[in-house]
Amino acid sequence: MAKLSVGELKTTANTIRQDIIKMLYQAGSGHSGGSLGMTDIMTVLYFNILKHTPHQPNNIYRDRLVLSNGHVCPVLYATLARAGYFPLAKLKTLRKINSALQGHPHRNSLPGIETSSGPLGQGISQAVGMAMAAAMNKKNHHIFCITSDGEHDEGQVWEAIMTAHKYKLNNLINIVDYNGIQIDGPTKYIMPLQSLRHKYESFNWHVLEMDGHNIKEIIRTINKAKKMKKPTAIIAHTILGKGVSFMENQYIWHGLAPNQEQKDRAIKELQNGK
Amino acid sequence: MVNNNKPLKSTRDGFGEAMLELGKKNQDIVVISADLAESTRVHHFAKRYPSRFVEVGVAEQNMMGVAAGLAIEGKIPFATSFGAFNPGRNWDQLRVSVCYSNANVKIIGSHTGLSVGPDGASHQALEDIAITRPLPNLVVLAPADYKETKLATIAAAKHHGPVYIRFSRQASEIFTKGKFTIGQAQILLAGPDVTIVGYGPILNEALIATRELAKKKIKVEVINSPSIKPLDEKTILKSAKKTGRVITIEDHQVIGGLGSAIAELLAEKMPTPMRMIGVRDQFGESGQAEQLWEKYQMTHPYIIKAVLELIKK
Repeated sequence: MAKLSVGELKTTANTIRQDIIKMLYQAGSGHSGGSLGMTDIMTVLYFNILKHTPHQPNNIYRDRLVLSNGHVCPVLYATLARAGYFPLAKLKTLRKINSALQGHPHRNSLPGIETSSGPLGQGISQAVGMAMAAAMNKKNHHIFCITSDGEHDEGQVWEAIMTAHKYKLNNLINIVDYNGIQIDGPTKYIMPLQSLRHKYESFNWHVLEMDGHNIKEIIRTINKAKKMKKPTAIIAHTILGKGVSFMENQYIWHGLAPNQEQKDRAIKELQNGK
Repeated sequence: MVNNNKPLKSTRDGFGEAMLELGKKNQDIVVISADLAESTRVHHFAKRYPSRFVEVGVAEQNMMGVAAGLAIEGKIPFATSFGAFNPGRNWDQLRVSVCYSNANVKIIGSHTGLSVGPDGASHQALEDIAITRPLPNLVVLAPADYKETKLATIAAAKHHGPVYIRFSRQASEIFTKGKFTIGQAQILLAGPDVTIVGYGPILNEALIATRELAKKKIKVEVINSPSIKPLDEKTILKSAKKTGRVITIEDHQVIGGLGSAIAELLAEKMPTPMRMIGVRDQFGESGQAEQLWEKYQMTHPYIIKAVLELIKK
């Protein structure tokens, strides 16, 4: 796909945030905070970084994006729809009966979904397997995995991180959505992560950090990660609920959908923020 | 039928040999080990095909996920460990990363049943059939001997979709007929009086019981049902119709095993008096395989007792 400029990416991200608010309002349940928090990164990935062909979702040369923290799938669905993987009209079926847009992603239901996810910690292992397969097949595409900070409570994540180092998977980039919030509260109270950077470094990964809402910085950092000769973690400092003032940094919005009044307020804010 | 002079061979060796054959024929075959390569007999494959052998260490959850990722990319990964850990420890990964995506992963649980022996209850997978049977898309196989394990492994590789194969540690009798098809049972001995259905090396106990019963003019039909899911409903219903009495035998918990699967089938389609032989809601313990089967009342005298009870009814 053609790459969008920084200005175009900002506009697209704003549109996707509005899609997310509308989808979640129509669904009546779902995860608003993380979806809005990851919008800038997902927009940059799909409209500037990834090698992909939405009309040929299984193109073997594509970069793979594995969404490990499946609960933020509204942002993935909206981004895929905006990129042309499926009609925008489908977005309003999120979480409804007979919809391809399941509450958590299902690989076999929708084009562009690489793995099924929901139970945390599983995506990074699958990304490791996909990166191994690429190495075995001598293919040079990248595997991007999106994980959340709270997800790092799962031991499986660290099993996968060890394996990625052992097999020198320099085609693997794990973007950690570091917003400091998980479903029951701040990560520092639920399970302190301390320095994620040091943890990754001691597992022999390369670590980069970025402001997950600065479009230029996201582009620069991910492009840098692609050149690394080691598996690379990008710690993305993000704000839960980014773009909607009353949701920002409020952990109750981790797993909540807006009601009509909240939806209207959120859309108005986003429209004014364009 | 049973020939005590024949050399014994283990089901796990059948698996190990099949992997060598598969590795030679198909470049997409990948083996993943969680630090039990020698025990599961994939060390032969590891030596022969090192570039297609992945060692993840003692990390079964990650192993299942890595297998799913490899399968999504077109490989045919065999994720191998003891049944107690695989699928015992990584069931959620099996459910979502593998089965929900219908990923072409082969899950290998060796060292299942009481027959693991001296390692004791922690290592004796007695619940693996019960936890794999309800998973959509998953085929569940439990071959009876060395020969059948080899064939089942090759059939699993040909089948597109996830397959769980359980087998055992110990050397055991070879008594199957050398044919294997997913979804098919085989009648080892035909008889009109009672049907015994089972799987795995313990099925040999049914063959011994049958010899004893023949002396009392009781003719038993022994069915080997290595395909637990899909079950060979046709063969089982036909036999149940003929004999009107069904006994199941398995080195597994009675709750949720083959006995349950057959009870589900018969309850809906042809209610038939049954007895189920297996472990009855208990943990195992250390001991030799034969001692444990004896202590947990799964050997041929207990099978004979169940047959006589059913015949009296």
